[in-house]
Order: sequence, then structure tokens, then C-alpha cells
Amino acid sequence: MYTQYIDMHSDIVISQSDSRPMYLQIMEQVKQRVAVGEWAPGDEIPSIRQLAVALRVSVITIKRAYLELEREGVIVTQQGKGSIVAPNPALSPRLYDEEFSEHLEKIARLGELLGLSSEEIARRTKEAAKKLNECRPDETGMTGAGTTRAGTTKAR
Amino acid sequence: MNELAVKFDGVGKRYRHFSLENIHLELPTGCIMGFIGANGAGKSTTIRILMGLVHQDEGSVRVLGHSMPAEQAKAKLDIGFVSEDMRLYGAATLAWHMEFMRPIYPRWDQKYAEELARRFDLKPQQKIKGLSHGQRVKAALLLALARRPRLLVLDEPTTGLDPVARVEVLGELMAALADEERTILFSSHNTLDVEQISDQITFIDRGRIIDSDDKEAFLDRWRRLRLVLPPDVAVPRLPGVVEVGGSGRLPVLTTDRFEPAMVSVCNELGAAVQAVDTMTLEEIFVANVQSRRERLTA
Repeated sequence: MYTQYIDMHSDIVISQSDSRPMYLQIMEQVKQRVAVGEWAPGDEIPSIRQLAVALRVSVITIKRAYLELEREGVIVTQQGKGSIVAPNPALSPRLYDEEFSEHLEKIARLGELLGLSSEEIARRTKEAAKKLNECRPDETGMTGAGTTRAGTTKAR
Repeated sequence: MNELAVKFDGVGKRYRHFSLENIHLELPTGCIMGFIGANGAGKSTTIRILMGLVHQDEGSVRVLGHSMPAEQAKAKLDIGFVSEDMRLYGAATLAWHMEFMRPIYPRWDQKYAEELARRFDLKPQQKIKGLSHGQRVKAALLLALARRPRLLVLDEPTTGLDPVARVEVLGELMAALADEERTILFSSHNTLDVEQISDQITFIDRGRIIDSDDKEAFLDRWRRLRLVLPPDVAVPRLPGVVEVGGSGRLPVLTTDRFEPAMVSVCNELGAAVQAVDTMTLEEIFVANVQSRRERLTA
């Protein structure tokens, strides 16, 4: 029987081709787990070292992710006792907001290169958002639009 | 625990055609440091001095609290060392080597050794000479890891390994670090591996340490700014720019001291910032070395 650390916490999967910094990817995955209720408020989450081993990622990176998550109010780290999901996790969209703004700037620039008017750019952005909504009818808190109370219904 | 597992202070070593100069290195307990350098940069010499195999001409070396090379025998009981020059006995089996190690190292963990053999897909009854390069590397690592050393010193641990073997090895190195009292120093060409698992990173080039910092700091500091200049505007002069590339109207500035304020400075000077790219550790290393070499020849 394999030792438990190999599979217990490696339900977090990192993509090598994702160009964002590693600590951001980890933060996003933790927040998603909280958002869908897999990690409920008060639940114990893997320690920094445990996650570092499971993901084969440096301790310093996990530490950074956990510090940011604590700052945002998603998790709480208790001295010498590991970390838990915060009782009222704040799934703040701050980071998503920054990413969103960056992408908007890119869209504006590309639109300009293509010779599109701002109305045309806005129309196509709206179309894309509409299309996304049509494909995802029953997600909870995935669109990052404001805070979500985690631990809501798991029933489908 | 804030003690240093390794401390180099002003270490120098002179050879006829190469010298190591003013090497300062600090590796805290519980951390993993990746050591990156071109061939002939001085990685192996530094590691040999660390192991007491080479005596430095100047400076002090302390490893696990022991002065090197004077106290190397004591230090080595707690160090697991794997390098390409180390040869296992070809005619003997892996099991023979395991039996050989057992009485020498007080913390030898036989169960862990057998577990590693399974995970690394090695047959203990097979003779070393019958193993492929990758299998030999894994065998040497098994023998080092099973001793449960406080410090692991690895010279190119994943070089020559196939992708699956690399993941296995990285996994075992990280697993060893689950114990906070254990430290790892490894040299590697494989910047992807170094970027992934290192806490600290040190660059060495032509016998000198050219940069040493924690991994996240490196990745945060270095950026490429892609600018679009109107015809009459010159390339903005910013502090901390180590390289200017691209074309006249589309310059690319590489900086090792990025601040978000730089973007506004560029905009104020009339240069539109099209993109701020992060850089991989490999790109950072190459840019660092090239700019340094250029500065020396200028």
C-alpha cells in the first residue's frame, strides 16, 4: 500500500503550460475548492510542507500562496497547528479583477491593431460573455462576481 | 530552526586556468537550493570544496556546523552526496551496495531503501553494470536517500533522466524535505526543475557567484517590457535595465528590478507599454550571464 501522501492531497493539479506564477495557480485552485464546497469552512487543509511534497513544488511557493490566501481571508493559519479554511471565507475577486483588467487592455490593443471600433470591441466582448454563460448553467461562485458563502448546496 | 546548513565565507580556490573567487553562500536548514551555472563555471569545484574533497585557498566553509575540510569525516556521516564522478561497483548488485551502507550509517532505513527501489523501479538483485544511465542515477540517489542524511548534496541529479524518472526523482527529493531538519543543495542544468522545487537559487559564472536570492524574489524582480515608440521618441532610460533588445520602434527592455511604477514612467516619457512579460528561470539566467559578460568586455 502506497504511503498516503501520494494521493491524498494531490487533487490539486498544476499545468506546466500555464504561464502565470505558480503561487497564483495554487491560490486559484484552493479558492475553487472552497467555492464549490469541497473544502468547507473550518476544514483542515494540507500543511505547507505536505502540499509542497504532494505537488513537487518548493515550500517557499506554497508559503507565499498560503500567506496571500490568509491575507485575503480565505484560510486561517494557526501557529504550529497548520491551516484551515476560514469560518467565513472571503472569496475576494481582487486577483481575478487584476487579471481581468490586464486582459481588457490586451483586447483594446488588439482591437486597435485590427482596426475595430470601440463599439465593435464591446459587441464582441459581450458576445463572448454570453456564449460562456450558455455553456455553464449551474456553477456556484465561479464567475468571481462578489463574495460567496462557501459550503452551500452540494446537491445537483 | 534558523541555523545554516552550509556557510561559505569569502572562499577562493586557484587553479592554473580557472579560479573560484570570493564565494559567499548561505543555505538555511530545511531549505532546498538550486545551483545553476554554465559548464566550467565552478559548480563542481564549489561542491567538492563543500564536501571537503578539495581544500580552499582562502575563506571558511562550515557544513552542518563542522569546519571543512578539517572535520569532514564527522560531517560526511550526515551528508548524502551524489555526483557523476561517483562510481558504484559495476560487478556488484544494488542489494550489495545497500548491505554495504547499512552498518556504516547509523540512520540507514532499510524499509525506506526497499520502498525506494520499488518506486524507482529498480531490481536490487541486478548488477550495477547492467543498469542504464538513468537507473544508475536512481540507484545512487536511493543509496544517498536511504541514509536519511541531514544534508543532500547532488550534482546534476536529473541530468540524463527520462521525463518519468525525473518526476519520480523530484518527488522523492521533495518527500525527503517533509522533514524540516533536512536540507538539499543541488546543481543542475535543468532550469525547469530548479525553478519548480528550489526555495533558494544561486547563479555562478566564471568562478563567481553572480546572484543568489529566494526563488520567488527572482521571478518577481525580472521582467521584459515590450514598448511601442512613436517615431520621435527615444528609448526611455530606466534604472535596472540590463538589456535593450528589439527594434528601434519596438524596443524590449529586460530589467532585474521591476517595479509597477516603471510602466507609468514609460507612459509619461511617451512610450506605450504593450506588455510586461514574466521570465522563466532559464531566461533570467541567460540574461544575467550575458549582460554581466558584456559589461566586463565593454
